This record gives sequence, C-alpha cells and structure tokens, in this order.
Amino acid sequence: MHLFEARGVTKRFGGLTALHAVDFAVDRGISSIIGPNGAGKTTLFNIFTGLYSADEGTVTFRDRSILGRRPDQITALGICRTFQNIRLFANMTAIENVLVGMNSRIALGLWDVLSHSPGFRRTETAVAARALALLERVGLQANANDVARNLPYGDRRRLELARALASEPALLLLDEPTAGMTQGEAGALMRLLRGLVADLGLAIILIEHNMRVVMEVSDWVTVLDHGERIAEGAPREVQENPRVIEAYLGTRSPGRRRA
Amino acid sequence: MIQSLLAVALTGVSAFAVAVYPRSVLVFLLFQGSILFAYRARIPDWLRWSLLVAALLVLMPAIGYYNGYYLEVATQVGIFVALALGLNIVVGLAGLLDLGYVAFFAVGAYSWAIVGSPHANVIFGGESFPLAGGWFYLFLLVGLGVAALTGVLLGLPVLRLHGDYLAVVTLGFGEVIRVLANNLDKPINFTNGPKGITPISRPPTPLGLPYGEYFYFLALLIVIVVVLVNRRLENSHIGRAWEAIREDELAARAMGVPLVRMKLMAFACGASFAGIMGVLFSAKQIFINPESFTFLESIGVLAMVILGGMGSIPGAILGATVVTVLNLQVLKGFSLWLNELKNAGVTVLGYSLADLPTQFEPAKYERMVFGIILVLMMIYRPQGIFPARRRQREMTQ
Repeated sequence: MHLFEARGVTKRFGGLTALHAVDFAVDRGISSIIGPNGAGKTTLFNIFTGLYSADEGTVTFRDRSILGRRPDQITALGICRTFQNIRLFANMTAIENVLVGMNSRIALGLWDVLSHSPGFRRTETAVAARALALLERVGLQANANDVARNLPYGDRRRLELARALASEPALLLLDEPTAGMTQGEAGALMRLLRGLVADLGLAIILIEHNMRVVMEVSDWVTVLDHGERIAEGAPREVQENPRVIEAYLGTRSPGRRRA
Repeated sequence: MIQSLLAVALTGVSAFAVAVYPRSVLVFLLFQGSILFAYRARIPDWLRWSLLVAALLVLMPAIGYYNGYYLEVATQVGIFVALALGLNIVVGLAGLLDLGYVAFFAVGAYSWAIVGSPHANVIFGGESFPLAGGWFYLFLLVGLGVAALTGVLLGLPVLRLHGDYLAVVTLGFGEVIRVLANNLDKPINFTNGPKGITPISRPPTPLGLPYGEYFYFLALLIVIVVVLVNRRLENSHIGRAWEAIREDELAARAMGVPLVRMKLMAFACGASFAGIMGVLFSAKQIFINPESFTFLESIGVLAMVILGGMGSIPGAILGATVVTVLNLQVLKGFSLWLNELKNAGVTVLGYSLADLPTQFEPAKYERMVFGIILVLMMIYRPQGIFPARRRQREMTQ
C-alpha cells in the first residue's frame, strides 16, 4: 500500500483525451512529473486536488478514495498544492495568506468568533505564531505584513509554498515552483524542499521544466506525453530512455514527426 | 495638542450653534463634520472616544430636542449604516455582488409589521393581534433570523454564479420579494399589497422617552453591536476565508476553504443585519408598503459601500452617513434654496431665475447631483473615502 496512489486515471475534455489510464504512486521523498507542454501534468494535479473529476480510475490517499471529494475536504485529509501561475490572495498580507491555508485546521464555529471564546483566543494566537514560523521557514518573516501583490516574484512563489504548508499536508503538490527563477534561486528553493522532506517526512510531487533541478532533486521521475505515462524510474534511467528523448526532442526521421 | 483643542472646540461650538440656529442645515453639517474630525484627528484615544460618546449619546439627542427632524435624520443614518455594514460583508469581504440586498430589509420589516398590526387578524382570524409592544424586542431577533434564513435561501441557488451573473440573479431576487409584497394580498391577504400595513405597534419606551429619542438610541445600539460583530468576523478565520474567496475562489477552495458553507454564511450574516433594522424600521414608521423596498434602495446601499470603501468598516459607516445626509438634507436643502432664489426673482448675469422653465426645477437635479458625485468619486478615488487597510500584526514572538 502506498501513501498516495492513482490507478488508470482517465480524463476527457469533449473529444480530447487529456489523460489516458495514468498510473502513479508516491510514498515519500520527491517525485517529479515531467513532460512537454500539454502532456496533462497540471490536469493530473487538478484531479488529485479535487478541482476536476476523473472520468475513470481510482485515486487513494492513505487508503481512502479522494475522488468525489471536495477540494477543501482533500486539503483537510492532508494534500495541498501550489499553482503554476501563482494564485495568491493578492490584496491580503503575506501572513494572512498563510493563515487562510490553516483554515481546514481551525475547528471553531460562528459563536466562538462572535463571543471571542477562550478557545478562539487560544487558536488565534497559536495560528498566528505558526504562520510566522512558516514565513520564517521560507525566509519571508520580514515581509509578514506586506500585501502579497507587492512582493517580488520569487517571494510570491515562496509565499505560495508557505501557504500550502500551512494546511499541514502529508503530500505537497508543486506546479512548476521554480518557473521564472534564476538558477541560484531555484537551487535555494530545492534545498528548502529537501529540508522539508527531511524534517516533516513530507512527500512532494513536483511538476518541473527545469531539467537540471529535476535531475538533481528527484528520487523518482514520471514522464507524461499526450496524456500517457511513457516512462518512470530514477532520474538517470529516465534521462537515457529513448522514448523520453523522442518526446522532448522529436526524432531524426521527418516522416515520424508529430503534428 | 492643537488638534485636541480644535476637536473639542469644534464639537462643542457646532452643537451649541445647532441649538441656536436649529433650522440651518449648514450648521448641522458642521456638527456632523466635527464628529468626523474627532474620529480622524491626531488626538489621544481617550479624548477621541469621550468626544464620540458625548456627541452621539448626549449632544445628538439634545439637538433633537431643538429640531426633531435632525434626530430623524440621525436615526435614518443609523439604519443605513447597519444596512451598509451588512452589505459590506457580502460585497466588500466575500466579493459577492448583491443587487437585491434591500429584500432582506423588507423581510425583517414585514415580519414585525404583520404580527405587530391588526392585519394579522385577517390572516389568522380571531382578535389576538396586534401583539403587545413588548413582543417587538423578541421580533428584533425573529426578524434577524428570518432574514438570515432568506439569505441562505437566496445563497443556495446562486452558489455557482459569479460577478455579472450573480448580480443579475440577486437583482431579480430583490424584485421578486418586492413584487411578492405587492401582490400577496390575494388569495390570502398576507401583505395587504400596495396599500401597505398600518398601524404597526411600537414598544413601550423606557423612562417615558419620546419615540424620536427612543428609536435613535435603539438604532445606535444596534449599530454598535453590528460594528462589533463585523470587526470580530473580519479578524477571524471566517473573515479571512471570505476575503480569500473574493481574491481567488479556486485557490481558496484548494487551500481548504469550504466554499458552500462560507458563501452561505456571508449571505446569512449580511442579511441578518438588514433583518433586524427592518423590524426597527417598521415600528418607527408605523406604516410600511412595498414602495420602501425598491431596487433603487438596494443600489443606494451599494453606493454607500462603494463610496466609503469596499471591505472597510469605517468606510461603510461614512459612506452610509454621507449618502443619507446628501439625500435627506444637502440636496433637498439645495433645492429649497434655489427655489427661494427663484421666488425672490433673483437675476444671474441679467437672466431672471424666475424665467427658468419648470423642467429645470432644482428639485429635479437631486438624483443628477448624486450621480455626478458618484461618477467623480469613481474617477478620482475609486478605492473609496476610507479604503480598507490591512491589519498590521505585531511580530513579537
């Protein structure tokens, strides 16, 4: 039994089959999903987090099916994500962004809020302290009160990571976290991810285009092309797989080139 | 220091001036301005709050003694402040554009009007109505509950709608409630149709307080509670979830915000403030009919929220005050003044104002002037008068 397992996941949009019978499993460490644009990587993430429903297949997390559950329920189970095109709450401060991430861990009702019950006070102090600790972890403690939209690009990416961590996930899905970063920034982020895996026992699934990052940091690599899994294995094996090379670079023979 | 003296002097002098010139709109505006100044000035907090308390609890009722109409204006302001604060939750915090908000006000108003008047005998038979005035206090809560329930009922079908579509459906909802009120006199006479319901009972006032003062204090009390509730909601995980939905609904869901529950809660909370004020409104007016709950009222409340600054509590309060005073006093005063000039045969640049065709009658400018002010605001200060400020947290561990 795996921590997280997808079997035969198929997703169609009208006539287009975005994913075809994809199998995928994670236990711990960092697994990467790579593949050319339009291969179905983000679609897979959207299914894993409940934003899309799958047409066929099963997805289980800690032996419980997550298909048919709402996104917030899946987050409460312990899966959280970041987005390819950073989706922060732009007009809220950095710490407020992180606090929203903790929503599924706050078990207080309307009455606690209105009466400022002891439980409410305790929880508010505790979550604020934890949010600050998370900001510190990603190096944004000095920006806690800055409005998210005013943060520089790299900081916004790291804030999104802190916000995802706030829900105390056991599985973290990162959609191109190093996009638009310099090689140095990307390296620092990967060290941070490695640290998170080591400290929190976190499993991470990474969608990534930066091959140097992928090969350096991944324990396991899965390659998607046109909605199908064409290869998986340790980074080195995948790198030398002829089907992968073909998917990325095409072949020499013009007759077999894909449209 | 100078500001402290100025604030005290301004409040005192303007209140005294109202007593001396009870009929001058300008002087009353000065008094309102002094309250705003006391709120904004750089003065010690204890002084600020004592000034505000003195102005609202002592000076305002005293002014009402000299000119009862001012107290009526202040009570209206209180009603609209609560409405604006309620709509501010729905539109400002949760970002759900609601163009039919006055429907909840109507629901609250009718819930007391029906049982608080002999009209309920028509529905239920017998002679047991109107209920005694004391029931009014219970119905403040009933009106609140019924409006909140109506909010949930509206929320359910529109959960999947955004922006323009949501606005159109809520607009329709507001009209449905008004049309229902207008037509539910057949086959069973629930609302007495366009003729409206009267007389609506008023509660017995404590200490023999006149009704003007009584409703002013009651409205003030409700506003204080509403502000407190609003603040607590805003600075909690519920308020943060609402704002997250406003900023990015998809990301909010993915971060663990239960969308359905939070949206329904926003509709219910917003509606409940309108419901409780509706009950007060019906008792204050003694008479209500569907004319008080038109689409224009919804737009008016929305204008208050936008004018003041979306998602900002001081903004909603100021917006409601400015718009209400503008409508009840400034524009009306302006019309009266121009009419006086006209009747006195004043000439401007050799042109006698008396020759002005009736189409240009000043009373007809009211809406236009209001419209121009709104347009100018949107061009020069689209974020509102007091835009929402982010709460700054103390970063000590």
